[in-house]
Amino acid sequence: MRIFDPHIHMTSRTTDDYERMAAAGVRAVVEPAFWLGQPRTSVDTFVDYFDSLIGWEPFRAGQFGVRHHATVALNPKEANDPRCRPVLDLLPRYLDKDGVVAVGEIGYDSMTPAEDAAFAGQLALAVAHDLPALVHTPHRDKAHGVERTLAVVAESGIDPGRVLVDHLNEITVKLVRDTGCWLGFSIYPETKMSPPRMVELLRTYGTERMLVNSAADWGRSDPLLTRATGEAMLLAGFTDDDVDRVLWRNPVEFYGQSGRLDLTDLEDSAVTFAGNSILRGGE
Amino acid sequence: MTPDRLRAALRGVPDPQWLDAALRRVAADPAAIPRLFAIAARRCGRGPLPDPPGWTVDEAVRALLLTALPTGHATAAEALYRHGDAAEKRAVLRALPLLPIGAECVPLLHDAIRTNDTRLVAAALGPYARHLEQPAWRQAVLKCVFTGVPLAVVDDLDGRADGELAAMLAALAAERTAAGRAMPADATELLDRLGAGSHPTTAREA
Ligand SMILES: [Zn+2]
Repeated sequence: MRIFDPHIHMTSRTTDDYERMAAAGVRAVVEPAFWLGQPRTSVDTFVDYFDSLIGWEPFRAGQFGVRHHATVALNPKEANDPRCRPVLDLLPRYLDKDGVVAVGEIGYDSMTPAEDAAFAGQLALAVAHDLPALVHTPHRDKAHGVERTLAVVAESGIDPGRVLVDHLNEITVKLVRDTGCWLGFSIYPETKMSPPRMVELLRTYGTERMLVNSAADWGRSDPLLTRATGEAMLLAGFTDDDVDRVLWRNPVEFYGQSGRLDLTDLEDSAVTFAGNSILRGGE
Repeated sequence: MTPDRLRAALRGVPDPQWLDAALRRVAADPAAIPRLFAIAARRCGRGPLPDPPGWTVDEAVRALLLTALPTGHATAAEALYRHGDAAEKRAVLRALPLLPIGAECVPLLHDAIRTNDTRLVAAALGPYARHLEQPAWRQAVLKCVFTGVPLAVVDDLDGRADGELAAMLAALAAERTAAGRAMPADATELLDRLGAGSHPTTAREA
């Protein structure tokens, strides 16, 4: 089973996780820029964070043969802090980088005017840079949030086929299914979706434009739930090809629209010198 | 290495017109370099060049872009390094010995050697490292041994390796022996060449 996790915050995960993910078949990941639990107070700290997403983190992933790409954006939570808003001016520089395959995570948290402005502005950036957009949907007031999200996406003029609306569930999937957007589902140990519920949704809505991610981060989450979902699909009678479509070909097709997805020589971990520092336990 | 040799090596890029235009653009409008530098790998490729050995296409293209600047090479190298992803940083480091900058960009070597990205550490130990002060150079060579970077990446290794480096390597070898772990063969060979030997000797031979 080859797995592409289209949404996982590896910055918050350990090197052991990379090892377990690689062993479970995860060969590629996309790490969206988001918030880190602790609110940031200046633009410079975002610079270091974004630099890590296009520097250290891909290197760390490469040690285990995992290909790492990123999406970059000012997340909706921190778009509300005037100290962080100048991050928007930094984005064009990052949106030119090879490893950046979308603008994201953008969207709503509390649906404030500041979030409106950041969301619309960053959709325009996606269009200007010819990149897809990864859209986070709010955890509270979710259905209303998804409706408003879709209205902003429609207004922006971005091709819906270049938009991934994420963190959907049984209720919100209905709102997005016929919009032409891609649909993302985050499989979590407790909240969001579970593998059996995900299988039900795939039965109902099919596998087209459907993406499954672990969204693993610093909270209770599990980077192997993509694999668990693939296994649950097989047990429920889906074919290997169905699983490959959901866990590999769909994310490749979505992020491939950036023209920057680099999956060449994935088996070859020659990205580093043999016996590098991480595999040896660092210094 | 010379810009002419890199230019000749890049004759086979998929889109030679793009490269020609990019080099002319940088010469005429230096402010254009950040964006061209960022997208160079997507336009030209990332594979290894058959010649010169040890160079990739993207490194060579980016190094040429830097050499094409009319002035301000050190400032541009510094900015491109600071704002670059790992591959861009590596290309800046490879380009440094080709630029008319004296020792101005040594701080970039310090930054690269401090990282835990072995590709950056390796790129910092090319010919431009002649400007690196000896203690920092010794630490960097030791870090290569520590992290498994082949010593073949170190420019002028034998010319510069001294007694103090030999003592540091011998101490590492002793530590490794005590832990039942092997020293990389190239480090053991260097120690042998330095006359220190990798085998502990006793003080009372007679
Ligand atoms: Zn997320």
